[in-house]
Amino acid sequence: MVTLTLYLQYIVNGLTLGAIYSLIALGYTMVYGILKFINFAHGDILMVGAFVGLIVYEALLGTSTSGAWMLIAFFIAMIASMAFCAVLGMFIERVAYKPLRNANRLAPLLSAIGVSFILSNGAAWMFGTQSRRFPYPFDNTPLTFLGISITPHQILILVVSVAMMLVLAFFVNKTRMGKAMRATSLDQPTSQLMGINVNRVISLTFAIGSALAAVGGILAAFDFRVYPSMGTMTGLKAFVAAVIGGIGSIPGAMLGGILLGILEAVGAPLLHIPNGLRDTVAFAVLIIVLLFRPEGILGKNEREKV
Amino acid sequence: MDILNIKGISVSYGNIRALSDVSINVGQGGIVSLIGANGAGKSTLLNSIVGLVPLSQGAIVFDGEEICQAKSVHHHHLTTDLIVRRGIALVPEGRHVFADMTVEENLDMGAFMVRDQALIERRKAEMYDFFPILGARRRQKTRSLSGGEQQMMAIARALMSSPRLLLLDEPGLGLAPLVVQDIFNKIRIINEENDVTVLLVEQNAKLALKTSDYGYVIENGRIVLEDKGENLLNNERVQKAYLGA
Repeated sequence: MVTLTLYLQYIVNGLTLGAIYSLIALGYTMVYGILKFINFAHGDILMVGAFVGLIVYEALLGTSTSGAWMLIAFFIAMIASMAFCAVLGMFIERVAYKPLRNANRLAPLLSAIGVSFILSNGAAWMFGTQSRRFPYPFDNTPLTFLGISITPHQILILVVSVAMMLVLAFFVNKTRMGKAMRATSLDQPTSQLMGINVNRVISLTFAIGSALAAVGGILAAFDFRVYPSMGTMTGLKAFVAAVIGGIGSIPGAMLGGILLGILEAVGAPLLHIPNGLRDTVAFAVLIIVLLFRPEGILGKNEREKV
Repeated sequence: MDILNIKGISVSYGNIRALSDVSINVGQGGIVSLIGANGAGKSTLLNSIVGLVPLSQGAIVFDGEEICQAKSVHHHHLTTDLIVRRGIALVPEGRHVFADMTVEENLDMGAFMVRDQALIERRKAEMYDFFPILGARRRQKTRSLSGGEQQMMAIARALMSSPRLLLLDEPGLGLAPLVVQDIFNKIRIINEENDVTVLLVEQNAKLALKTSDYGYVIENGRIVLEDKGENLLNNERVQKAYLGA
């Protein structure tokens, strides 16, 4: 009974970690779906998102200790950070990727790695390499149900990420621009024949992906703190999640993130993997997926596209 | 009056010349067909009209205004989405339906340029009326449709924007003869009842010329013959090369 409760606890922990991976994985997968390109600077966007969120939050908070205002300030900071990262994402695409759209496939990839260095080193230059604590905007005392404890932070993660994913699903499936985005990822020249401005769709994709990464960065920052290289490992794992789910597939990124979070949280204690090697779980899963189902769980075989 | 004038255009893919000095005129309200063998340059011609392929020489005029011209410093090249907004729709070779989307979503994409939701719904209803099979399958993913159904889907999608000029790239490709006949009948009805000018390219020369008012024959990227559809049908050279007579 004790072990069952323990593993349920791991699953809850994994679910919340996974929800963050999902939010970030969506940016990788949406951009890949349209441009067939891995945006390796995406992880650094989440770092920028966390910094902007923290700065706005601290500025709004000032010396106030009012509980309600803390929460309101936090959500304002999150929205400001989303807006900032959306614009940053569009700007990066315009400056660093668009000019290379017809170049060798390797060129935008290298450009993305360059952007990644610029963002992380720029942050180190501006804010220093010391990590900063992102204070909880509420009392984070865990609540206990049936022996499983869940923190208000975890509840926040679940509520915010589920809300974001529902909004995204609605946008992509029901709205005119969302459908245009799907059409563009399915067949770019034919989308142009429909009168769709593909450049605008690509900009929008970067904006949405970057805004979601900002949310992921802020939600992760409470546990992982805020520092210039925080996006590297989290971004890489979210990329793994996107591949596991099937890169290019939006439901795949959601599923891949949750799955990876749970596998990591449950797999490490189950296999007695020491904490320092926890990250190996994600990459072991990646290798297994690449060996046995390279297109990912919900991915499509690329051959079908031709 | 002509709705489309193709004025001496040439197109090259790298070192390979796909079109050489091609001129074609399409009169308002008619059906014009372009026949030729595989690789003669038919698809290239249609793709160049909508700006998917850049011209190396010549210009294309739609409705009195130049929409495409060979690269030059003075002119800014119109992108495909801006060209089709002027009232041109292309049904591409191989149909290119959005396979992962439903029939209805495909039609919505065809109406991307239309902002009036009530008008979109009305046109969808018209399409379901005109192609009943699409109405029956409106909630199905397009990949589950047969080839003929997908072709009708692609034509309906193109009509959703109410184009004045409809370009059809091998609408009969890979389909059973009866289905092809049905599709050509529909094309004629679309032309007559909706006042849509049609430019179609086909390998099936007989059916294409029978359907058309005027025809052009293209060989190795050059126009070698042009005449009224019925005259081309009786032309010895056309009969030998394309009608298997």
